[in-house]
Amino acid sequence: MLEVKNLYKSFGSNQVLKGIDIKVDRGEVVAVLGSSGSGKTTMLRCTSFLEKADSGEMIFDGSHYEMEKIGRREIHQLRMHIGFVFQSFNLFANRTALGNVMSGLSIARKVPKSEAEKIAREMLSRVGMLNRADYYPAQLSGGQQQRVAIARAIATNPVVVLFDEPTSALDPELTGEVLDVMKKLAEDGMTMVVVTHEMQFAQEVADKVVFMDKGVVVEEAPAKQFFSAPKQERTLQFLRRTMRDYTYNI
Amino acid sequence: MSDRLIKILIDSFPKILIPGLRMTIPLTLASFAVGFVIALALALIQVAKVPVLNQIAKIYIWIFRGTPLLVQLFIIFFGLPGLGVMLDAFPAAVIAFGMNLGAYNAEVLRSSIQAVPAGQSEAAALVGMTYPQIMIHVVLPQAFPIAFPPLFNSLIGLVKDTSLASSITVIELFTAAQQIAARTFEPFALYCEAAVIYLIFCTVLTALQGWLEKKLVWKTPEEKMVGATAAD
Repeated sequence: MLEVKNLYKSFGSNQVLKGIDIKVDRGEVVAVLGSSGSGKTTMLRCTSFLEKADSGEMIFDGSHYEMEKIGRREIHQLRMHIGFVFQSFNLFANRTALGNVMSGLSIARKVPKSEAEKIAREMLSRVGMLNRADYYPAQLSGGQQQRVAIARAIATNPVVVLFDEPTSALDPELTGEVLDVMKKLAEDGMTMVVVTHEMQFAQEVADKVVFMDKGVVVEEAPAKQFFSAPKQERTLQFLRRTMRDYTYNI
Repeated sequence: MSDRLIKILIDSFPKILIPGLRMTIPLTLASFAVGFVIALALALIQVAKVPVLNQIAKIYIWIFRGTPLLVQLFIIFFGLPGLGVMLDAFPAAVIAFGMNLGAYNAEVLRSSIQAVPAGQSEAAALVGMTYPQIMIHVVLPQAFPIAFPPLFNSLIGLVKDTSLASSITVIELFTAAQQIAARTFEPFALYCEAAVIYLIFCTVLTALQGWLEKKLVWKTPEEKMVGATAAD
């Protein structure tokens, strides 16, 4: 359904992505793991065209695109079907929670206001934020802001939602409420690509895990297999280190 | 102070104030409006890095910030007729002040737009907004409160700069004071009186700024929070 092949990206002389392949099927939850600096976020930003890839191919719902040559109109068309959740939420500071969730509908898709509001209220209730509909982002906690941001991302009925470390800016207590919302989305059959450091979430919710290191995909496997029987030495090393941290946390 | 001087000051007060109200204020508002439109256009061209227009905008700002306002005023009113462009004093002043202010405020607006975090436009692009939609619905509404104090600053500056229009035959506040000073031979008293009237205008504007700034800010958490809970 969404596939990116041979994705390359450099910033100056620093090559961040060295031929990444990633594939998501409908209804699938893909967790992208890897230590900081492995290129996970850059991969996601290239996939949503916030960064222009040096080269790469995208296949979306059967259509092929050359990522380095893609035009503004095609990018806009593709974005109409993709939802995106940022690490730093990026809710529009000048709009209420409701206004944020409505914006993709009423502004970008010209959905009539009353209908957009109805959908937006549904979405807010899905993330448990309906009672804060009239609050501005500055009046919400980080966890609440991220839940509103998720509502905004799904309000436009995207084919796939990309999550860029959605809980990294949150303290552990607030992380839980965001992960719960994401878990519910996954159960409802939403197609999701989640760049994350939450090993437990990946283990419980993901169908597939992609492990990145130094700009390449080291290992890609069904979640169960990835955690129980990793094939690569680097994966094993990463799991040992992060899972040991995890047991320390308890 | 002699009785004669007091009488002159009292008699002249409305004679200076009325041109102030009839000419200085309309001249200020018209020039500011022209300047704002020019500034917004120049700022948007620079932020979007529109090829060619971007260079033109930079040259425009360079010229209008780099030459004296009085010289610009003279070129437009006394100079252009030589090229066959005849303008009345008032429109000439509005054009000169407006173009000059446009150059300064372009920089104010550009920096305010750039002060809005990049994440805001990224998020807007990813919910499917086009560039104009992003500007109108997300970036400009956030840039405006940032730009407001320096914009108002330039408005207050403009009130006083309009006195330069007296040099191109516009009968405004300062022209009136000059005429009365020449007639009564009391330049010190009358120019001080003119200064006081300018000060009154600017005091009113300063108060207006404080009031508007309070109205303008949408995200004072406590206040809004109270409103929101009351609505619940």
